[in-house]
Amino acid sequence: MATQAEKTSIREEEIPLKTIKAIKFSILSPDITRSLSVMEITTSETYDEAGRPMVGGLMDKRLGVVEPGARCETCGNPPDKCPGHFGRIELARPVIHVEYSKYVHDLLKTTCRECGRILLTDDEIEKYRRRLEKLRIRWKLLADRLIERIRKKAMERTVCPHCGAKQYRVRFERPYTFYEERENGVLERLDPMKIRERLEKIPDSDLELLGWDPKAARPEWAVLTVLPVPPPQVRPSIQLETGQRSEDDLTHKLVDIVRVNEKLRTAIESGAPSSVVDQLWDLLQYHIATYFNNELPNLPPVKHRSGRPLKTLAQRLKGKEGRFRGSLSGKRVDFSARTVISPDPNLSINEVGVPIDVAKMLTVPMTVTEWDLDLARQLVLNGPEVWPGANYVVYPDGRRVDLRYFRDRRELANKLAPGFIIERHLINGDIVLFNRQPSLHRMSIMGHLVRVLPGRTFRLHLAVCPPYNADFDGDEMNLHVPQNEEARAEAKTLMLVQNHIITPRYGGPIIGARQDYITGGYLLTKKDTFINKEAIVYLLAAAGYDGDIDEPAIMYPKELWTGKQLISMLLPKDLNWIQSTAIRESCKDPYNCYTDEYLIIVNGYMAAGVLDKKSIGAEQVDSLWHVVVKRYGNSYARKWVDSILRSLVRFLDLRGFSMGIDSLEMPPESYRELDKLYDDSEKKVLEYIQKFKEGKLEAEPGLTIEETLENDVTIELSRVREAAARVAEKYINKDGEAYIMAKTGARGSIVNITQMVAMLGQQTIRGERFKRGFSGRTTAHFEPGDLGPTAKGFVRNNFKVGLTPLEFFFHAAGGRDGLVDTAVRTAQSGYMQRRLINALQDIYVAYDGTVRNASGSIIQTKYAEDGIDVSKSDHGKLNLDEIFRRAGLSR
Amino acid sequence: MSAGGRRRKTEERFKRVLEHEYMPKAEVIPKEEVKEILKQLNAKMFQLPWIRSSDPLARAIGARPGNVIRIIRKSDTAGEFITYRFVVPG
Repeated sequence: MATQAEKTSIREEEIPLKTIKAIKFSILSPDITRSLSVMEITTSETYDEAGRPMVGGLMDKRLGVVEPGARCETCGNPPDKCPGHFGRIELARPVIHVEYSKYVHDLLKTTCRECGRILLTDDEIEKYRRRLEKLRIRWKLLADRLIERIRKKAMERTVCPHCGAKQYRVRFERPYTFYEERENGVLERLDPMKIRERLEKIPDSDLELLGWDPKAARPEWAVLTVLPVPPPQVRPSIQLETGQRSEDDLTHKLVDIVRVNEKLRTAIESGAPSSVVDQLWDLLQYHIATYFNNELPNLPPVKHRSGRPLKTLAQRLKGKEGRFRGSLSGKRVDFSARTVISPDPNLSINEVGVPIDVAKMLTVPMTVTEWDLDLARQLVLNGPEVWPGANYVVYPDGRRVDLRYFRDRRELANKLAPGFIIERHLINGDIVLFNRQPSLHRMSIMGHLVRVLPGRTFRLHLAVCPPYNADFDGDEMNLHVPQNEEARAEAKTLMLVQNHIITPRYGGPIIGARQDYITGGYLLTKKDTFINKEAIVYLLAAAGYDGDIDEPAIMYPKELWTGKQLISMLLPKDLNWIQSTAIRESCKDPYNCYTDEYLIIVNGYMAAGVLDKKSIGAEQVDSLWHVVVKRYGNSYARKWVDSILRSLVRFLDLRGFSMGIDSLEMPPESYRELDKLYDDSEKKVLEYIQKFKEGKLEAEPGLTIEETLENDVTIELSRVREAAARVAEKYINKDGEAYIMAKTGARGSIVNITQMVAMLGQQTIRGERFKRGFSGRTTAHFEPGDLGPTAKGFVRNNFKVGLTPLEFFFHAAGGRDGLVDTAVRTAQSGYMQRRLINALQDIYVAYDGTVRNASGSIIQTKYAEDGIDVSKSDHGKLNLDEIFRRAGLSR
Repeated sequence: MSAGGRRRKTEERFKRVLEHEYMPKAEVIPKEEVKEILKQLNAKMFQLPWIRSSDPLARAIGARPGNVIRIIRKSDTAGEFITYRFVVPG
């Protein structure tokens, strides 16, 4: 029965609570090391022939046990109860602790080699002591600066003011060798024993001046005489399939240390020549140094037989995979899922589509009450295989039943009563956290409501792509299920997608229409779009509209509605709004524009204009969409955007929208114009080059003649490209899909169209015309020294006509350069951001409006100096006129 | 020249930094007023941002360690902004 009692783990409320008030780091003293240790390691053997741990070896059972069934010889506990006990290695000769060698060096430089006193006169000592005492109280940072000054001052002394001994310069050779520089430049090695003697002589009072706390850390403790040996729990051996034992890297290292230590001891005891002793001593120093850190400068790392460097203590802690970043700050978690994402325009922006397979694996604990008893029974009956079911049942006494291995679920279901907890499958309406890496801002993890769907991918609404920066070219995302009511409440109130429509970055909507929605908005609302009854009913149904249908704009011969009427029906009836559209060209006055270039909404009636990127697009401030969010609130805005976007995409479906090369058709005269443009420009460039070759070109200020020419040519060539862009815009089919998308802001730009139909323009590498390749020329197709447009990467053709092989090559090279550039930039900016976040992470806006750091010190006396929340104002500004107008006051 | 005289002369020279247009207006706040400001900000003296007494601005207005100075500077967001610095030795 006793074993049964032992197995039940300690209940959480039985664990005593203590508050950490302060943490102090100090050096482990030899005395403490010995008192912590339960045994001395005396032999480098780990196991005997029979495979039993050697007594006095590194696997001695007194250090603790890890194998099941064994009992610890120190505490008598089985492996799950034994915490492990430290041992020790008594070193035959002291060695320097590498990680402290810099501080040892500092002390050797600032104290007397004979009497161990600090190299300052008594007056100076008194003066500094008094100043330091004052600063210590509150000015920790200033005290550090003063200590630095004291150190500098003491270092300058060459004669001890106390005993008059001449001081030699102490040279430190990384990582652990010290020399004294004698008069004639002779270097004399300071061995760890001598160093320890010198450190022992330094009085406590002098150490305080040098920033040491001698009560916590005497400097001679930085020279090890005894080495603590961690228990096997820290360095467990692994049993291979072959039955062989494989020891941890640390054990290997400790074996080396013990072996060399043994050799050194016998060498000293047998009176071996000092050169042999010194050699072994140095080897011991090396092994102990690499035991702490195997990546020391100027030291070859210790390698495994396979050539892999050993992972010693420092390597366990350091870096991304290390204990801090890998195991403490970042852990793998349960109740999470990851798969590919794909779009679903029929979801709400608040929702996420979860595959059934995922929903059956992820669970939510549900306490059975008398009201949901029937539901709970059904879930248990369905079991782990049928969705919606349950995977586990937890009895009120804490027993867990895995339904995968439970035979009679019916019986269990009948046994269910209030107080049971069942871990049920994810069902529609559950709140989950959805995340895409890199998590650069708070909108990278948002709360979504589950929608269980067939298929194997997570589905999300297209309007939430911008905050996650997601697309569907293979992106994967993570999903986490909150496991308790607090977490769910927080997720629902603080993290739900609809509460992140407005980004705190610039105070505009980061969620919103993109691409096809914008095309759809434009095509639906432009002047010549009419919809018949069937279509308008279909579109209103898609939007979830259940009001009356407005009177059609055209009654006869057929009832026809305009697209603007459809939008009007979906707009809130008290909305008044005027804004410019993306297709705006020449109109200045919204009230005198007959080309729909201004969006005008009067009492929820869309009077003029079109919907496009400027009005419903994501990341557009002061747009129709932005105003809807601000005036009607997150919840309304979410419903509005859900319905209107659904309607728009359905309209685009009905109408059809596909782009072919016919949307890039250009009349013949446009090509004549382009030819002439290029020919003229080429002539001009050649003239420049001619002038340069004749030496008639004059250098511009600050530039060489070559740079002047390069400059002139670049300007001329970019001028042609711009002219070509104008030609393209003039002749391009205005009803073509390409132009519609570019103009409304759905996708692409006039630049892209120019590249397709007119001229690609100059290709660059690092912002310059091509110059690399052969000597004096880019490829063998040109004369050396050819500076003309074609020879240096100018592409006069367009994508539609096609590039010449040479142009194609330049284009490919330029494209690769751009790719490399973005890769480098993201890496650099990512690291910059990491450092910024680490520096800023605990700065917060306090309730009194001040900005403070973790210790409560003031960073800013008022947030942003004006106290305005960007996301709750007109993106950082106060628009008083608007506030007064809406409050019904006139200014 | 005595050490005091030399110091006075350097202090004079530091006054000239105030003439630059990018230099904010600054003044040492009398002790009684400091108390009020600290109460208003709900902060202890050392929780204010620090400025070294060796800072050219601090020297120009003759601030000593332990003083609090008021700085009035132009701000992109607030037009004009008043902030405080606690003068520390060094």
